[in-house]
Amino acid sequence: MKISRQIFAGLIAPFLFAVGLAQAAPEAPDTLIKRVSQEVLDLAKTDKKIQAGDQQRIMEVVQEKIIPYVDFQRMTALAAGRFWRDASPQQQTALIREFRLLLIYTYSGAISQVRNEKLEFRPMRGDPADEEVEVRSMVSQSRGEPIQLNYRLEKTPSGWKIYDVNILGAWLVETYKGSFSTEINKGGIDGLVKTLAERNKRLAAQSPKSDKS
Amino acid sequence: MSYLLKPLRWCCVVFFMIFVSGCATVAPDASSDPRDPFEGYNRTMYSFNQVLDKGLIRPVATVYADYMPNFIQKAIGNFFSNIGDIWTAANNLLQGKPRESASDLARVLLNTTFGIAGLIDVGSHMGLDKHDEDFGQTLAVWGVKSGPYVVLPIFGSSTLRDSIAKPVDLNADPVGYIDSVRARNTAIGARLIDGRAALLPTTRMIDSAALDPYLFVRDAYLQRRASRIRDGAPDPDSKD
Repeated sequence: MKISRQIFAGLIAPFLFAVGLAQAAPEAPDTLIKRVSQEVLDLAKTDKKIQAGDQQRIMEVVQEKIIPYVDFQRMTALAAGRFWRDASPQQQTALIREFRLLLIYTYSGAISQVRNEKLEFRPMRGDPADEEVEVRSMVSQSRGEPIQLNYRLEKTPSGWKIYDVNILGAWLVETYKGSFSTEINKGGIDGLVKTLAERNKRLAAQSPKSDKS
Repeated sequence: MSYLLKPLRWCCVVFFMIFVSGCATVAPDASSDPRDPFEGYNRTMYSFNQVLDKGLIRPVATVYADYMPNFIQKAIGNFFSNIGDIWTAANNLLQGKPRESASDLARVLLNTTFGIAGLIDVGSHMGLDKHDEDFGQTLAVWGVKSGPYVVLPIFGSSTLRDSIAKPVDLNADPVGYIDSVRARNTAIGARLIDGRAALLPTTRMIDSAALDPYLFVRDAYLQRRASRIRDGAPDPDSKD
């Protein structure tokens, strides 16, 4: 009796395991954010190159650890607002590319400033069946009040992706909307892309360690 | 009467002069934000503040941030933060939040005694979170709408309602009742520079990330202000 049960289990288990893998639930949004944030934070605190402000190294970390979980297409589309539908696919691609680069430079700057910040996560509200959620966290630093840092994520076929970030109460997309629409009114989408590209060139040329303002 | 209110007359004069001249230079474009009907004046005042900041305040704050030992910076920050907690407690009460108000008073008590006159933030370590309230937020909770975006001389971003509330905040500021001119100016200066130093990473980020710093600051400020009035709760009206 025991032996046949074992054989039974031995035959069935791998099958169930394989089926289980194929239908593995995508990582929950708050788990995802917690994991990625902690990884990046730990890296920023221990990696000597990052602490020294090595732009190259920071960009590597950002590309590897953060970019895969961000939906830049949606972010850019939201920031461009009503002008997005009137843009040609080439313009859209160009805009996504430049905005993405700008955000990477900005985020990299913030990472190089990390010293001994700690992260705290709020319990996530909302329905487990929601397709869009908000993950809320607090960054406590050595000086000043804790910084509110929230994320908006959407469920995509390839897992949850971030499409908006909130720092201290201000949503990134909302904050860029005004600037985007002003630039587009001045010189069209191409004008905006050009402005962003120029800004990105300037940021690339800047010395990585710019602690002096 | 608070010494801080005395220069208010001159501030109003400067404000008015720049307002009038700013109105004459409204940028003609199709994308005027309904929240910012005074954009012409606001941009002028913003530029004025930037000149003052880049020329004087930022350099001093940078030296302070770079050379003053961290623990002293922290102590100074805590000291002024503690003084501010009293007014925060009052506003929490006015907003109908007695628990937060009691927590703020407990913070003041703990920090002033165990925290040695506020130099150490014992309260936060004991789980009493710091709140951030002013009379403008109290008015908002009472139902007063924010009104248009207004940039004030030196104080920077504000709204019409908050600008009107500002004299009330100034009147409640204990620093304004220090009789010795020198001590008072030292306190004001120290608080200003410490506050500015704390914001240096933010302004550096704005310099690199913002396409139009004026718009960036305005839009971030208005969102943040609304968030502070809600005490960080999610926006019930936000749509995506």
